[in-house]
Amino acid sequence: MSHKIIVPIGPYHPLQEEPEYFQLYVEGEKVVDIDIIIGYNHRGIEKLSESKHFDQVPFLVERICGICSSSHPYAYCLAVENILGGEANIVPERALYIRTIIDELQRIHSHLLWLGLAGHFIGYNTVWMWAWKYREPVLDMFEMVTGNRNNYAMFKVGGVRRDLKDEDIPVLKKTLDELRPGIDLFRGAIMDDPVIKMRLKGVGILTRQQVVDWCVVGPTARASGVNMDIRRDEPYGVSDRLDWKVILEKDGDIFCKTIVRILELYESISIIRQSLNKMPKDGPIDAGVKDIPAGEGIGRVEAPRGECFHYLKSDGTNRPVRHKIRSPSFMNVASDKVSAVGGTISDATLTLAAVDPCYCCTERVAVINKIDKRRVMNGWDLIKLSQEKTLKLKEGYYGRPE
Amino acid sequence: MDMRDRIKESLRDKIKDWQEKYIKRVYFSIDKKDILEVTQVLFRSLELRFITISATDMPDYFEVIYHFSNDPAGEIYSVRVTLNDKLKPEIQSITPLFPAAEWIERESWEMLGINFKGHPNLKKLLLNEDWPESDYPLRNKK
Amino acid sequence: MDIIKKAFTKSIWVFHMSVGSCNNCDIETLDCFTPRFDLERFGVQLIGSARHADALLITGAMNKKAVLRMKKVYEQVPKPCVVVACGTCACSQHMFKYSYNVAEPLDKILPVDVYIPGCPPKPEAIIAGIVKALDKIKKGK
Repeated sequence: MSHKIIVPIGPYHPLQEEPEYFQLYVEGEKVVDIDIIIGYNHRGIEKLSESKHFDQVPFLVERICGICSSSHPYAYCLAVENILGGEANIVPERALYIRTIIDELQRIHSHLLWLGLAGHFIGYNTVWMWAWKYREPVLDMFEMVTGNRNNYAMFKVGGVRRDLKDEDIPVLKKTLDELRPGIDLFRGAIMDDPVIKMRLKGVGILTRQQVVDWCVVGPTARASGVNMDIRRDEPYGVSDRLDWKVILEKDGDIFCKTIVRILELYESISIIRQSLNKMPKDGPIDAGVKDIPAGEGIGRVEAPRGECFHYLKSDGTNRPVRHKIRSPSFMNVASDKVSAVGGTISDATLTLAAVDPCYCCTERVAVINKIDKRRVMNGWDLIKLSQEKTLKLKEGYYGRPE
Repeated sequence: MDMRDRIKESLRDKIKDWQEKYIKRVYFSIDKKDILEVTQVLFRSLELRFITISATDMPDYFEVIYHFSNDPAGEIYSVRVTLNDKLKPEIQSITPLFPAAEWIERESWEMLGINFKGHPNLKKLLLNEDWPESDYPLRNKK
Repeated sequence: MDIIKKAFTKSIWVFHMSVGSCNNCDIETLDCFTPRFDLERFGVQLIGSARHADALLITGAMNKKAVLRMKKVYEQVPKPCVVVACGTCACSQHMFKYSYNVAEPLDKILPVDVYIPGCPPKPEAIIAGIVKALDKIKKGK
């Protein structure tokens, strides 16, 4: 007597600030299947890119996604530089360091953002407020260095657009120092809290084989023990000259994904600190690339969510013939199909959020639910369900509050 | 053994036109009918990670490139397939081999109208349901 | 009517909607409610259901698939309501104007009361925009 109920999540739903639409098929409490409908954010960037010249494209691809707004222009620049003979051969030394610093600062702000949202979903709103509070100084650093909090416009083919001022460097170092206790706090809060552990351990598991089959990338793959990181495998910027390590966990559940992201914050801070120390005192920051010859190039960087891939075909004119973009979330979101199935509804929201989905990247999606005659729960109910479960676990652990 | 040699050895005469013009990037062409077999070898036997498909509308033909990544060495192997039929471009789907290709093929289908034969679920992914049939946004307009 | 106006301007509830944006405006909107900016001290609150909203804050470049849903959401919002176009995309479609998947500009679809330009607008700008919306209601919309 199977009695399937469809639970729609989205597209306009308090869980995600971006629109996308999930249909969960549930039997009792258990999720048996899931449909993901995307397309609410598709803006046709690949086509628009063909109508812009090579120097304009970075501004366009920056607006694919506001969270990884340095990864996309960086990957695009690497693709063009691949045609020209490789980043290391044409980009000046100082520009390489500035590129790495911007890229890692972005990783810090992105991981903190995810941490906050994840805290919100399990009912720890304090974590949300803390995480976003510690994220503000990072955005201030961006504003100081690049002039904007989110779209940095730092990357151009053959170098960077702005130099790092000498008087900014001590401020950057000081802010990074102040960030550290905040991250320690999260590490303590999440690793030692028994309730969070109960809530996250063994939930939304993605096995190693599933990671391979679904070609999952980034922290989501590293949490399942798949050893890949583009920064190490195909070094760009100065990532091969610095001392840092790839964080690996092996269980593949949400707890591991959280730990990977928190520990990566420390690595990013260390990378920025080393870059600031090793950076040449002055020098050119732009190679002054004029013409792009005919050919095809591929650039990829490790965005906060995983490998970001740009393929570019040029025919010797001043515009790309074809610009193919594959963002990390495109692969990661599809894998929700296996990680959420088999769990309960109260875990589903968290599992869907655990890959750090970025639908602007995937192309942005949202749908409004039109299903009638079926029992439907709305988004608030789902978050409430998730938060209630945490509360229940808390009561079981600490006793019911008097 | 180097990955290049392993690929050359396992695919032998299926490879045409092997190119290494750029650093860490290898492009080679294969015949359209071999795609399933080649993907099976690269993805399963040689354990390369599948990245994506990039399809391009060229003046006389469609070019479909399957990108595979060899993560330990940081190299990308791009398998190029040419579809000469401009009116009805068709190729065998690789989704039955592994699920990750599903969304990627659906995207190429709706953007360029390349028909992936044997795809289990070939429907619109990004565009609205009422998007006109046979209007493919990434094709070149005359 | 005056009692509506008074109740309306005391604590404004915002429903936030992304219609094909790049996430930046959405994040900056959420940022307004976190400790540094803390819009909630003015009684402004983000809510999860359009049926309780006083203001509709719209970001993004009018994706064709999402616009249909946006119109439906607008119908659900109790009137009078304020429509805020947040970010350059919502104000003027930005660089996505000639894209194949982008519909008309927002102000041709809904009556927009306040425009907040910027890519993305800073949280201060968003707060200023909401304050302007309040002024507009007080002066009699």
